[in-house]
Amino acid sequence: MNKTLTLGAVVLTAGLGASTAMAQSLNVVCSNEQAWCDLMAQNFEIETGIDVAIVRKSTGETLAQIRAEAGNPKVDVWWGGTGDPHLIAASEDLTVPSGVDVSGQLGWSQSMTEMSGGKAVGVHVGLLGIIYNTEVLAEKGLEPPACWRDLAKPEYEGEIQVANPKSSGTAYTELATLVQLFGEDEGFKLLADIGRNVNQYTKSGSAPGKATARGENTIGIGFMHDMVNLKKQGFPVEIVAPCEGTGYEVGAVSIINGTPNMDSAKKWVEYVISAPAQSAGLEVGVFNIPSNPDASTDPDAPDMAAVKLIDYDFATYGASDTRARLLDRWEAEVKGAGGVVEE
Amino acid sequence: MKRIAVFWLVVGVIGWALLPWYLTEGGFWRFGWLADMSGTNISALGAALTGKPWLWLPALGFVGAALSLGLARSQLATARGLFASGTAGLALLMGQALLIGTRYGVWEAENPGIGAGAFVTAAALLFIATTGISGLGKGRGDAFVTGLVGAIVALVAIFVFFPLTFILVRAFELKGGGGLGFGEFLPRFLSSNIWGIGCITGGGSCGPAINSFLLGLSTAAGTTIMGLMFALIFTRTDFRAKKLLRVLTVLPIITPPFVIGLALILLFGRAGTITEFFSWAFGWEKTRWLYGFHGVWLAQMLSFTPIAFLVLIGVVEGVSPSMEEASQTLDANRWQTFRYVSFPLMRPGLANAFLLGFIESIADFGNPLVLGGNFNVLSTEIYFAIVGTIADPAQAAILSITLLTFTLTAFLAQRFWVGKKNYATVTGKADSGRHAALNPVLRWTAYLLALPWAFFTMVLYALIIFGSFVKLWGYDHTFTFEHYLRGFKIVVRNGVHFTGAAWDSYFTTLTISAIAAPLTAAVGLATAYLLVRQKFTGKDAFEFSTMLSFAIPGTVIGVAYIMAFNFPPIELTGTGLILIIVFIFRNMPVGVRGGIAAMSQLDRSLDEASIMLGANSATTLRRVILPLMGPAILAALTYSFVRAITSVSAVIFLVSARHNMATSFIVGRVENGEYGIAIAYASVLIVTMLTVIIAMQLVIGRRTLRRADRIEAH
Repeated sequence: MNKTLTLGAVVLTAGLGASTAMAQSLNVVCSNEQAWCDLMAQNFEIETGIDVAIVRKSTGETLAQIRAEAGNPKVDVWWGGTGDPHLIAASEDLTVPSGVDVSGQLGWSQSMTEMSGGKAVGVHVGLLGIIYNTEVLAEKGLEPPACWRDLAKPEYEGEIQVANPKSSGTAYTELATLVQLFGEDEGFKLLADIGRNVNQYTKSGSAPGKATARGENTIGIGFMHDMVNLKKQGFPVEIVAPCEGTGYEVGAVSIINGTPNMDSAKKWVEYVISAPAQSAGLEVGVFNIPSNPDASTDPDAPDMAAVKLIDYDFATYGASDTRARLLDRWEAEVKGAGGVVEE
Repeated sequence: MKRIAVFWLVVGVIGWALLPWYLTEGGFWRFGWLADMSGTNISALGAALTGKPWLWLPALGFVGAALSLGLARSQLATARGLFASGTAGLALLMGQALLIGTRYGVWEAENPGIGAGAFVTAAALLFIATTGISGLGKGRGDAFVTGLVGAIVALVAIFVFFPLTFILVRAFELKGGGGLGFGEFLPRFLSSNIWGIGCITGGGSCGPAINSFLLGLSTAAGTTIMGLMFALIFTRTDFRAKKLLRVLTVLPIITPPFVIGLALILLFGRAGTITEFFSWAFGWEKTRWLYGFHGVWLAQMLSFTPIAFLVLIGVVEGVSPSMEEASQTLDANRWQTFRYVSFPLMRPGLANAFLLGFIESIADFGNPLVLGGNFNVLSTEIYFAIVGTIADPAQAAILSITLLTFTLTAFLAQRFWVGKKNYATVTGKADSGRHAALNPVLRWTAYLLALPWAFFTMVLYALIIFGSFVKLWGYDHTFTFEHYLRGFKIVVRNGVHFTGAAWDSYFTTLTISAIAAPLTAAVGLATAYLLVRQKFTGKDAFEFSTMLSFAIPGTVIGVAYIMAFNFPPIELTGTGLILIIVFIFRNMPVGVRGGIAAMSQLDRSLDEASIMLGANSATTLRRVILPLMGPAILAALTYSFVRAITSVSAVIFLVSARHNMATSFIVGRVENGEYGIAIAYASVLIVTMLTVIIAMQLVIGRRTLRRADRIEAH
């Protein structure tokens, strides 16, 4: 009898903790590098006095979470990460227009904001590029690639790594870039030719760059700002801006639909597009291109003026139906065509 | 029976009439609600009087219970009344919570997330019902047993089945938002994208289902064999460095995800140290063999062998030496003794170790992600069906069902193999023989398999520690403290300030794991006790349902938990509590398996003796069974503590800015290529966990099964 009561008491005590409510402050999900997330939150707190709780999650994870939480969100703002998921969130009404003035921002930031109906404000640009490991390339006696078409050369068989566009936004940007550069049929043919040289379609978009840096792979495709980071860490790599021109992603910040902290959330958006906030990125090695023309950048960061860029059509290639069609075609014509040399 | 029922009746009425029914600002334990018992802190009685009349409903259960206690003329009538009113009260409580509110939209009204009062009321109603059941003569008329069954069934229902229905039902979604239906389920479920067998027939690659299945079998077989070898060395040989070996067998489980994979890449990758050496010494071509089945299998062997060992050590130790002595007295040699006496008695342990290995392997996410290459398994496919460039929850649900099918099959196969034999060897009778030593062949096999493996583990960990002290692991080996300083800097000026980037998540992780571990062990072992010692209808289904949450990939659990617990009646997202709960129900099965294996060795006559001497089942459990369960308790505690610290896939969705976990911090750093700080953090965690485990071992100590555990001289 006593034991029965003890059992009950334990159950009760354990359960009573259930009534824990949350304190009010700004909850931010950040899809940038951890150090950059922490620094921005710290600076924002100093600047505005608003208490910020920040957590880092990848864009896919964040989108899945805000979808599941729709109607009763636990997150106020989503900052950083590639623009496509932000655009999807905007089209699904998971985010709301921030009403922040973006007229002082660079053109691509303004057009991103316009395209999403003011829901996703562009904060940075990342350029697509090619990375190769100088040591492995020399060991194998290969020429470095300079263009997208070079990647289809037979001597690179088994030397190239790229992410799977079905799991990685980076790789989808690459697919859409090649389709826009060469036209859809020609683009898929090139992708299939490159596919014959690919040793692994990685899950994560940044994995090919990292594998290349460590000599696990010879040539990788990904975003240049990640590659600059690897090079600065001391890995024997070189970065190539493809000669035909390249595509890019626009990172964004969005306010979650249903947030109880709209005012603070708006302040966050205003703050992250200001010049002093964006310039602080230099302290923690952020190498993408900031949206505020007055923000300072690292001399080693990719320079938009020096790289040939395509006119990336986010409206078309970000739309869910185009995406589904291109990915199905990729599965059938590129992945299905074989060419992955190692199992 | 009556006294217990009256007690719960009083508790329930207090909970309903006085405690705050809904979630309170600042939490129950701050007692802020005592000062102001209106507004959001109002009790059900108060709310029922002021515009929320549906809150009278749960109280009907108490009225019924009071009537049955006061009016019923026979014991049996009281019991029936208690059961009926408890169940009805619970049903009314759940009905009003689910149907009235803004979410499920049957009746729109403000009915926020339930809090302390509702919880106490529900628990009281549940225990009134179970007390009634015991009065009907079920569970040997023992209110403790029926209460325990009721509590565990209720918890599993709320925290496993309820969330899972949210995600599994999506498997039946029709394309284009056409509602639900079976039309598309079967073709998608049986699709060759999942079940392709190209790798066996020689035409390309296999589907993720086949890959997962083959990987699971290989890992389970491998880890069970290695675990048995280690257990034999520990209990049946006089090997000198047992202590060191013990630490080595524990290391891999306390290693945060990705770290083993990274270390393997640095050793065996195309540019790895060992690969470079063979290329230099023998001119072998550097290949990428590690990326794929072999690499994942190797990493899983390293990660999961300790789990098999933890399950097996208790069982191998428990095999009675008298049996072995009897066998030898009857002129059997050492091999025959092992083969025909000891080994068959280890069956429950082997089967449980195999089952755990298989389930762990197919649900593992970190290793396939790092080392999988083009080898796709279900767990990673599920993850990317949810977070990939095209979110496809239906596909994720279908793949999860595939995974569950495997688990169910493995579970049934295990039941079949263990069979209905009796494995009890700890009988309480004089039992003071010597354990038979292993025959030389078996001893040397054990040494040859286990020792190189231990050495390999050692090298791997030396490498990890090394990696945390150098600038750029693999390239620039200048000695540095930089990574530790960035993560764990402490400034002592005007008091102590923890300024390092990792401290926040470190403290959160330790707190949450420390709370979750004893609860996990308690729930797990209580379940094991019910399964082994009690008889009740639906026991097999009950047993399988406790395994469910473990078998489902963390990603699915994570999303399911958000879907289920982000809205009233149970609103938990964003709190630390949801993390504790997910850990309890995800890791509970290990406590269950270990508990079952250990308990099936304890002879029932021990319980019976205790009961005959007048003890009830609760006392028997505490004074007789628990003391004999030392290793199982230790294993359950250790494992649940460690898993709470190292698990990653489920928590990715559940961590919030206020409650961030160490693994999600580490994964973020790994994604960003900052291996230095990730490994430094991992090393700190490893040291922390090792300290805790050693401390627990000292506190809980060894069980004394017999006067002395002796092993016959070689």
